[in-house]
Amino acid sequence: MNKLWLIVQREYLTRVKKRSFILTTILTPLAFGLFAVVVGFIFRYESDDLKRIAIIDKEDILGAISDEDNLIFKFEDASLEEMKKTYVEKNYDAIMVIPPLKNLQDTRLTVFYYSDDPLGLDMRFMVENKLQKSIRKYKITALNLDAKELESLDTKVSINPEPIDDSKADTSPMAAGVGAAIGGVMGFIMYFVVFFYGSMVMRSVMEEKTSRIVEVMISSVKPFQLMMGKIIGVGGVGLTQLIIWAILIPIISMVVQGVFGFDLESSSDMSAAASQIDPDDMQAMAAQIMAEIKALNWWAIFPLFLFYFLGGYFLYASLFAAVGSAIGDDLGEGQSLTIPITIPVILALYIMMVVIKAPQSSLATWSSIFPFFSPIVMPSRLAFSPPLWEVIVSMLVLIITSLFFVWLSARIYRIGILMYGKKASFKELGKWLFYKG
Amino acid sequence: MNILSLKNVVKTYQDHIAVNDISFDMPEGCIFGLLGPNGAGKSSIIRIITTITQADSGAVFLNGEPLNSSHPSQIGYMPEERGLYKKMGVGDHLMYLAQLKGLSKADAKQAIDHWFEKFSIQDWWDKKVEELSKGMQQKIQFISTVIHKPKLLILDEPFSGLDPINANLIKDEIYEMKKQGVSIIFSTHRMEQVEEICEHILLINQGKNVLQGTVKDVKDQYKENKFEFKYEGTLPSDFNDHGNVVKESPGSVIIQLREEESSNDFLNYLLRNNIRIQSFNEILPTLNEIFIRKVGAVNIAES
Repeated sequence: MNKLWLIVQREYLTRVKKRSFILTTILTPLAFGLFAVVVGFIFRYESDDLKRIAIIDKEDILGAISDEDNLIFKFEDASLEEMKKTYVEKNYDAIMVIPPLKNLQDTRLTVFYYSDDPLGLDMRFMVENKLQKSIRKYKITALNLDAKELESLDTKVSINPEPIDDSKADTSPMAAGVGAAIGGVMGFIMYFVVFFYGSMVMRSVMEEKTSRIVEVMISSVKPFQLMMGKIIGVGGVGLTQLIIWAILIPIISMVVQGVFGFDLESSSDMSAAASQIDPDDMQAMAAQIMAEIKALNWWAIFPLFLFYFLGGYFLYASLFAAVGSAIGDDLGEGQSLTIPITIPVILALYIMMVVIKAPQSSLATWSSIFPFFSPIVMPSRLAFSPPLWEVIVSMLVLIITSLFFVWLSARIYRIGILMYGKKASFKELGKWLFYKG
Repeated sequence: MNILSLKNVVKTYQDHIAVNDISFDMPEGCIFGLLGPNGAGKSSIIRIITTITQADSGAVFLNGEPLNSSHPSQIGYMPEERGLYKKMGVGDHLMYLAQLKGLSKADAKQAIDHWFEKFSIQDWWDKKVEELSKGMQQKIQFISTVIHKPKLLILDEPFSGLDPINANLIKDEIYEMKKQGVSIIFSTHRMEQVEEICEHILLINQGKNVLQGTVKDVKDQYKENKFEFKYEGTLPSDFNDHGNVVKESPGSVIIQLREEESSNDFLNYLLRNNIRIQSFNEILPTLNEIFIRKVGAVNIAES
């Protein structure tokens, strides 16, 4: 036990003290922040583009039209021909001509926009939106309709999911979207963890074998201790890195928000404006999302996420360790041995992408019980509060499978690390399982 | 008292028998040569003693007890294939290996300081292993092998890759350790080193015990009644009847005497014939000759 702890310490400390670890751990959140700043500036740049537009509206259809930060409207009585000659002097960028409405029943109207610079996509949507609103007002007056009655015609329908059993917690309409987003992030983190730290274990085993230190080590400790020490130590490095990121990324994004007055979400603001969603609706939605995130049972999600992190990591890292021990000095040569490990990980990622869209499907159920997929699929379903029995069965299966594969890998590892020369075949790996001492 | 005893140890790998019924006793406090050509099974025997692998059958006793998990801390093992963590600092590395052998932090630090002083390398603590030359790395490797004051030291080809200065340094340390009562197994295929250092030897070939005993006994056993003498005067003509002349040059002869003739009889005969003897030596076979004779014979018998 004491020796295992020494090995864990070494494996952990040598990695955490490395300059490359410190750099990637700190620079990655900084890079995120920098990314947010750059993206923010890119979006801001467009909004600096100011347009002054002269409107020729002979029939006086529009009435008044409000200006925007980057759009200034002015009505002109002159004809189009005159305006074309004088618009530069009068400091206009464009001339917009509103044709007469021949028929109030017409639902289509083409407005002409004269300018040397074409109208940007965002601005075009904004101008169209304004014109539509003004024309609607005009039509309401012209047709002698009651504006309030008209408004009452539009009914917004939204589906609010309710549990059949009253004792269960209610969820808001945003639950599915929020769950999918959080699930996707968690599933992807798991995928990254398994691949990145698993192969770190494999490379480290190969290094020990190539540098021949392993023979000295094995004369002091048991191969199982050496393997477990490495897996636990590298797992600790992974946890450390994730925790630092979990703390630094929100802090840096808050700083970015505070200093520059925007964050990554500003991009969604812009697209919201473009897709004509009312800013008020956006705010209500944001509030709902926040409420939904807060309503999630984080006291269950965090420990479960940690559990799947550990289970998935131990399962795959031990397999990577076994493969590392069987590979000779040449990583390229041993690549074929890693394929059986990487295929289920990649499959699990694709299944996860489908499952966050249909979290209660039978694919979701079975793939979150199958131990090679569950570490990636199950975390992605946690935000949808999956049935308790599925979580318990999935956890039990994962624990048993992890223990089994740690044992199996240790049997391959103890032989593999002492075999020098060419990489072993799967047939040989199978034989090693049954070797004595 | 035997520090180490092997009884009928057998180890089989899938396609060949690496250790085939090996038994030997190693007296405490001696330097024991484990000899054999490459692939004879030396490393397999060492791996069994160091508990890296287990024998298929047979028994190993250390200090009279069957080998168990407390024993690795009493054994120091330097494998033929040397290895250290390249990116680690020298001091941290030695601390790590010493603690794995069961030393406390304070004891480990003290032991390392002692060895650093001995080799005058006090300023190496923070150096990375990869920054050291190969010979310097070997020194660190040797320190890591003996840092926990093992009772049994196993050195597999300890001089391979060492320059003569460092080889001598290590050799002196080996004698020093022996003086302190450490028992040392010295595995090699280089016979001239064995003759110089070892008291007991075990010669194995193809996993089998070929020859064992003290170096002196083995040499006596394989001596061929061969003598060399230097003289002044003229040798009598019937001188050839006493044995087989191996080599003759002016004033010097190497002769293999007939079995029934003793060296004293022959010396008397020379004196009676008024030969002035300047020197008279027995020529003992070198271990190398015995080795080639035995191993060659076995190989021939096998084919």
